[in-house]
Amino acid sequence: MEFLSYLISGISLGSVYAIIALGYTMVYGIAKMLNFAHGDIIMVGGYISFCAMNYLGLPSIVGIILAMLVCTVLGVVIEGLAYKPLRAAPSLAVLITAIGVSYFLQNAALLVWSAAPKVYTPIISGSLSLFGGALKIPYVSILTVVVCLVIMVALTAFTNMSKMGKAMRACSEDKGAAQLMGINVNATISMTFAIGSALAAIAGVLLCSSYPTLMPTTGSMPGIKAFTAAVFGGIGSIPGAFLGGLLLGIIEAMAKAYISTNLANSIVFAVLIVVLLVKPAGLLGRYVPEKV
Amino acid sequence: MKKKLLSLVMAAAMVLGLAACGSSADTTDTGSDDSASGTTFKIGTIGPLTGENAIYGLAVANGAKIAVEEINASDSSIKFELQSQDDVADGETSVNAYNKLMDWGMQLLVGPTTTGAAQAVSAVTNTDRTFMLTPSASSTDVIDGKDNVFQVCFTDPNQGTGSADYMAENMPDAKIAIIYRNDDAYSQGIHDTFVTEAAAKGLNVVYEGTFTKDTATDFSVQLTGAQSAGADLVFLPIYYQPASVILNQANAMGYAPTFFGVDGMDGILTMEGFDTSLAEGVMLLTPFSADAQDERTQNFVKSYQEEFDDTPNQFAADAYDAVYILKAALEAAECTPDMSSTDICEAVVAVMPTLSVDGLTGAGMTWDASGAVSKEPMAVVIENGTYVLP
Amino acid sequence: MKIRSMKRSTRTNLITYLGVIIAFAATVILRDSGGLSRSLTGQLVPICCYMSMAVSLNLTVGILGELSLGHAGFMSVGAFSGVIAAMSLQSAIPSDALRLAVAMLVGAAVAAVAGVVIGTPVLRLRGDYLAIVTLAFGEIIKELVNCLLVGWDSRGLHVALNLTGDKSIADLGLETEGIAIIKGAQGATSTATISTFTAGFVLVLITLFVVLNLKDSRAGRAIMALRDNSIAAESVGLNLTKYKLMAFVTSAALAGAAGALYGLNFSSLQASKFDFNTSILILVFVVLGGLGNIWGSLIAAAALTILPEALRQFSDYRMLVYAIVLILVMLLTNNPTLRSVLSRLRPGASKEKEAA
Repeated sequence: MEFLSYLISGISLGSVYAIIALGYTMVYGIAKMLNFAHGDIIMVGGYISFCAMNYLGLPSIVGIILAMLVCTVLGVVIEGLAYKPLRAAPSLAVLITAIGVSYFLQNAALLVWSAAPKVYTPIISGSLSLFGGALKIPYVSILTVVVCLVIMVALTAFTNMSKMGKAMRACSEDKGAAQLMGINVNATISMTFAIGSALAAIAGVLLCSSYPTLMPTTGSMPGIKAFTAAVFGGIGSIPGAFLGGLLLGIIEAMAKAYISTNLANSIVFAVLIVVLLVKPAGLLGRYVPEKV
Repeated sequence: MKKKLLSLVMAAAMVLGLAACGSSADTTDTGSDDSASGTTFKIGTIGPLTGENAIYGLAVANGAKIAVEEINASDSSIKFELQSQDDVADGETSVNAYNKLMDWGMQLLVGPTTTGAAQAVSAVTNTDRTFMLTPSASSTDVIDGKDNVFQVCFTDPNQGTGSADYMAENMPDAKIAIIYRNDDAYSQGIHDTFVTEAAAKGLNVVYEGTFTKDTATDFSVQLTGAQSAGADLVFLPIYYQPASVILNQANAMGYAPTFFGVDGMDGILTMEGFDTSLAEGVMLLTPFSADAQDERTQNFVKSYQEEFDDTPNQFAADAYDAVYILKAALEAAECTPDMSSTDICEAVVAVMPTLSVDGLTGAGMTWDASGAVSKEPMAVVIENGTYVLP
Repeated sequence: MKIRSMKRSTRTNLITYLGVIIAFAATVILRDSGGLSRSLTGQLVPICCYMSMAVSLNLTVGILGELSLGHAGFMSVGAFSGVIAAMSLQSAIPSDALRLAVAMLVGAAVAAVAGVVIGTPVLRLRGDYLAIVTLAFGEIIKELVNCLLVGWDSRGLHVALNLTGDKSIADLGLETEGIAIIKGAQGATSTATISTFTAGFVLVLITLFVVLNLKDSRAGRAIMALRDNSIAAESVGLNLTKYKLMAFVTSAALAGAAGALYGLNFSSLQASKFDFNTSILILVFVVLGGLGNIWGSLIAAAALTILPEALRQFSDYRMLVYAIVLILVMLLTNNPTLRSVLSRLRPGASKEKEAA
């Protein structure tokens, strides 16, 4: 029974990682950049929905939609101001700019919402009792897993079937060729950022509902973990991000429960290293052989 | 190549330009009417004003500011000029902040706020002979072997043994679980002394779980561990922010032991959005309560709320007391503002053990030569959203 | 005449050394004549450490061409092993300068060993996968040091790992006159600070010497050939693993020495100092200074260490301004349109451009 409850907390944590990782992986797949500011957009999403629900008294669904809108706009604006001018620059320059954006968002949040941690009101509370109360599954965990699955299926369908999705895949394969075929590469990349940021807003709401605390730095560690998850599953791959996130969450919970709470993170990272040594492109990633 | 060179030079020029225009203004000054250093003492606070620990540093800066404003508005012959510097709770930046304050002409230091930073700065103040009174850095390593460093807060061992003694006296049969933060000096310090004292008192510790900064989101595993070990008392020597997550998650799991906190738990009731019914029955050792009925506390809370739109926590109260302690010490040592920081340091160090100061965080605070404060930790229990004596 | 006939790289190297020596001399003169504020004086040793860190990371990122996100891990290893060495040799080596040198050597050696252990598996990966694994190792080092308990008494060194969270420094069983050197998360709490600016200067010179000589040696050219086209380089018989590991371990050892100097500059040091953010900070120095551009790393490290301190008058807005400066500088130095606008603003620059 304990094992089951550890497994459930692992799956719940993993699903949050997975949603964040999906956003990471989409942006990486198309723009080929590690968007380190992704975690901070999650934090902004959390704050926006918090303000909408606690200050304006709006129902939680409106709060979520508002958060998604704000984050989408924010994502597109950041992309346009900070990343678009660097499209031809070396990838490391873009990486550093992304870090600058991350610092900017954290410190802006500190000034706007102050340093005092806020307690997030979960959008759904209570828990499901099984086996006569011996096992309790918080509803928010169930919601997180369901949302995560829905997003993954929707994203897969979107990239495979819609016109925009196909354009995204074309851009990810070869930007120059895509441009020649009449695809507006800049618009496609902006669209990717919009979707990624909207996903980040959802992730923010779910993250804060499961672990109800909100600070300007709330997004940074989940961001790094999700980046790890995306690489774990094979960066650029949508099912890979899902699998990576889920496994990461489960390994973290199990390591805490059965090995050492001190070294939980180290164990997660050690597993990652071993997996990458065996499969250098992650679990589901494509290995692209180098051409001479 | 030349283009690259040019851009680099321009980037450097921009940085230096910013650096150059930085030497004049000091925006964080809380000036008295006369800011010339001849008539007022210059004191500085150091703490994290940005970053994830900003809540503590801001509280210290604000608490000290209120005390300085009160003193400057009163008829006291001693006036202060205050400057607060940011250290992001980092040792290196804290030493930089201290040097910056010394460049400004600081004579006495209230800070640093966090333990690690205070350790780094205390060694420098000891060599420089600058008087240092930290409001909230609670490790004994901060004061050990440094005669010029004093504390306003309890030391970690004091809190660890205090908690264990209280439990041994009032709930000797409890099965105790401990959840603490393993990468934090404060939390680990209290944990270590608690465990030693608990063993000496024959308390029954059934589970020890840790977390780090990086794993501070999910506590369900530790709570399940404590629950299945049969713990009915969970000791949380941690700050209130992770504690609020623990209370929330324990509630979601339907696990309801008695939670026991230390002074870092203070502040949990005033967290925005926190459902105070979750903290019902939580016990904690704290020197300060914003709900206390005495006039001084109420005045302090009122000015703090007016000025900063926030309820003060114990960090703010400690810093407030620190400024009044400096005032008492300067009066007793008959210091004048034209004395150098070194002379003031020697004079104040000599009188510190003779002082007895009444503050918000304790009546009749006294110090021994080691720098540790002697005041009684007070155990309170949360009932209906306020602290009451058990 | 002679300078003109030199190879271009040799000339740049000489100018770099000369620049560092002049900067050092000028700083010392300024400091001793009281022309330097306390705040700047206090930053001299950290600046030397960061310079050395940036140059050594430039070896990995700029010259070897592999992104490392865990460089602070090597600094951490060097710092804590250096602190342990310095503290336990206190009675054996009374001279501070000599003890500091020994501590830095120990830091470099231990970090080099860590470099071999980490580099062997890591360097088989490529690109972002390699980057994430270095990040992972950095985090693992941080957590392990957090569990580390080290003390010293007349019987020698005592070491324990607090893996389960229930051990403390008392479990080492130190004699009463023994000293606790590292107390888990509390870190090193009572280090005798013996670092000096001169030592920092020597460290920067040695780092420059090692990196510049490696870069211009046969091995260095092999490393850069691997960076530019590993398959072609392998096809002409270059040993991929050997050269990659050589650059990686050299970089780790230099970071270790810098770490030891840093660790012995502050009386208190926690493992959490050397986290992902510190690795990123050093990477920012390298990218801003220019990949493979050694003196660029030196300038960027110094400028970006002073910048947050210089921004103190912005108080609460300090780090916000820092972020904006960082973004702007990256945009200005990397965006072709902005750059041409900038060069048009300066009359002399357009001619220079044509000449180039």
